Amino acid sequence: MTPNRTLPTVAALALAALALAGCTDNNATADGGDGSIAVTSTDDTCEVSTDTVPGGTLKFSVKNEGSQVTEFYLLADDGLRIVGEVENIGPGLSRDLVVVAPEGKYATACKPGMVGDGIRADFAVGPVPEGQEISADRAALQDTATTQYGAYVKDQTDQLLAGTKKFARAFADGETDQARKLYASTRMHWERIEPVAESFGDLDPILDAREADLEPGQDWTGWHRAEKDLWPPKDDYQAMSSAQRQEIADQMVDDTQELKERTLDTEFTADALANGAKELLDEVATGKVTGEEEIWSHTDLWDFQANVDGARIAYEDLKPLLDRDDAKLDASLDKNFTALQKLLDQYQRGDGFVYFDELTESQKQELASAVDALAEPLSRLTAAVVK
Amino acid sequence: MEEQQPEGETVPEPQERRPGLRRRTLFTAAGIGGVVGVAAGATGASAVERVSAPEADQDIVPFRGDHQAGIETEAQDRMHTAAFDVTTTEREELISLLKDWTAAIESMTGGQPVGGPEGATGGAYDAPPEDTGEALDLPASHLTVTIGFGRTLFTKDGKGRFGLSERLPEALIELPHFPGDALEEKRSDGDLVVQACADDPQIAVHAVRNLVRIAFGRARVRWSQIGFGRTSSTSTDQVTARNLFGFKDGTANVKSQETQAVAEHVWVSGATGGEAWMNEGTYMVARRIRMHIETWDRTSLREQELDIGRTKREGAPLSGGGEFDEPDFELKGSAGPLIAGDSHVALAHPSRNAGVRMLRRGFNYTDGSDGLGRLDAGLFFIAYVVDPRTHYVPMQMAMAKNDLLVEYLKHTGSGLFAVPPGVTEPDGYLGQGLFET
Repeated sequence: MTPNRTLPTVAALALAALALAGCTDNNATADGGDGSIAVTSTDDTCEVSTDTVPGGTLKFSVKNEGSQVTEFYLLADDGLRIVGEVENIGPGLSRDLVVVAPEGKYATACKPGMVGDGIRADFAVGPVPEGQEISADRAALQDTATTQYGAYVKDQTDQLLAGTKKFARAFADGETDQARKLYASTRMHWERIEPVAESFGDLDPILDAREADLEPGQDWTGWHRAEKDLWPPKDDYQAMSSAQRQEIADQMVDDTQELKERTLDTEFTADALANGAKELLDEVATGKVTGEEEIWSHTDLWDFQANVDGARIAYEDLKPLLDRDDAKLDASLDKNFTALQKLLDQYQRGDGFVYFDELTESQKQELASAVDALAEPLSRLTAAVVK
Repeated sequence: MEEQQPEGETVPEPQERRPGLRRRTLFTAAGIGGVVGVAAGATGASAVERVSAPEADQDIVPFRGDHQAGIETEAQDRMHTAAFDVTTTEREELISLLKDWTAAIESMTGGQPVGGPEGATGGAYDAPPEDTGEALDLPASHLTVTIGFGRTLFTKDGKGRFGLSERLPEALIELPHFPGDALEEKRSDGDLVVQACADDPQIAVHAVRNLVRIAFGRARVRWSQIGFGRTSSTSTDQVTARNLFGFKDGTANVKSQETQAVAEHVWVSGATGGEAWMNEGTYMVARRIRMHIETWDRTSLREQELDIGRTKREGAPLSGGGEFDEPDFELKGSAGPLIAGDSHVALAHPSRNAGVRMLRRGFNYTDGSDGLGRLDAGLFFIAYVVDPRTHYVPMQMAMAKNDLLVEYLKHTGSGLFAVPPGVTEPDGYLGQGLFET
């Protein structure tokens, strides 16, 4: 696990369907010289540099010149449906809203102080220029993607819970060989949905902390505590008593049960999916390809495969949102997922993989390069799907 | 300068020297000083000019003072820091090392070679010069050299060393394990530390190299670190520098102009008994922090700014305003405060740390690659504080647990050192109070 990556994900999940719009702070100039539409929000005005634009990808550069926190919305003709929004613009700061808008009537709104209906104005989007094409209903595509992904998370947590129960029984009963066998394959269900699990900040440290992650006085529990007892170091190690094992095992089952219940209430968003995929590759890059995740069992390649699985599922669910503009990104992701999988396949052995400490330095380097090659285009997925 | 000597000049050439060595001969002969008349006079004059010209003077940071230089001094751009294990067991040898270092540091920070103006090229011709020479012709470059003492100088493996165990300051603790620490022994701790900072990396490296050489037989290098760019400003005259995350770092750093804050948060005062030698001193915390710059660079600007709590370009807090406006941690957005409670700026802010501040003086580093095709790069964090127990440990513990940046950081080296006061007496030396009061 990596400590403290929890908040962005929690925030992303909590914002649910509202958080679909892409916004960045790129300090755009007020006149929108780069083709963007300049918006100036003050405490009582909302100036938009134009009220008519051709259809396609629109970029609003919103500058807050007021004294309160402001928001900017692009609303559908009914004045209710949010096509895109950018929130939390502090006084004096600028943010962008990038949104794909087909021809139609819209409304713009600044909301200084974040209350009320905001300062509204009509906004017209003309026909999409020749040669461009935009997906008909991105909101529907996003819904489909998040529903599919939610089903995947549910399936993985079900399997994780079932597997953890089996593992816990073997571990507590002193069936060390059986527990070792179940350790890596069960953890794969955790690793596939790691960003979701980590979004519950309290469950991650008690289920997946590594010894080095602990603070003084913190109890060490969860998977890696069991790992060390199953693959004990030769020196200076006191094996756990069966009572201690029982305690660790029971807590793992309880905590995994809790995880499962919480994921049932979780709503996913397109940006959470895409960010989650990117985070999974980060995990591989900093933890698995360095052999730091499983320092006692050396089963890092199981985790590696599971992280890649989780990222690939999120990408495949989001794929319909990658429209013609993003064909290059799509091709690059496709190619690099395939290449990385091909490389991983070389290290399959039986139902699992070779142990990480059996890899040579050049094999590790090769894996690291393939991870970096995939992680680069994957880091651009969020911006492409939230338009 | 020897190249400006006209061919067929009047300097008598010593008979035994071969023609092929003529230029060098001239220079060296001159270096002996006074022996060879004209040339000696010429060389001596230029050496004096070098340090007395107005522009050269501006390059020199005074060595002597109540405090050691290199702390409040306007942060230079380059750094070379080295820690040493003392190999001698004799107290007198340790003292003689500090005396020799003091003389060498005073010379080098004054723009002179070790051993004085002719230290790099004078002396016996059949002996190696006292100074290694690569700083010749270069200005003093605001060189400062700051030294400190590690806990292991006072006591090691439960035994006192050099008769100093009663002098161990209480604040010179063993730092605790912070969550996520991946410290490497070969990059951590040490009995002595030397921080050399300058505008020119060659000057900083020259200083460390010569101090290492002087120490042979008495102390040996344990680790050494080069920093290529400052990440902190210690003066309001400096623009805030950026770290390798591309963000301005240390906007709220203690600046030398804030005399009250410096007195309160940096310099030790009122110490008595066995610790009295630390008055006008401070504590140096050094942490080698590897940054996972590759994964950081793949992170959306949204998350980067969320993690830091400031905008990337201006360094303005996300609660609004400009770089130097105070962050407003209460200002709410649609889903909680605009500045996340576990953002870097929130966790580092004095309001979350019982009002304590640090004088940070860190540097960006890169040390080749990590063997997996990534740069081994990051921040060599240096902070000077009045007491690490109040001014570093609580903050670092909170950050290691909660900071959103933690997933991009890995602490690989660590050291804590007691930094003695500066030298004021004519025949004084660095650390004198530790041994003689």
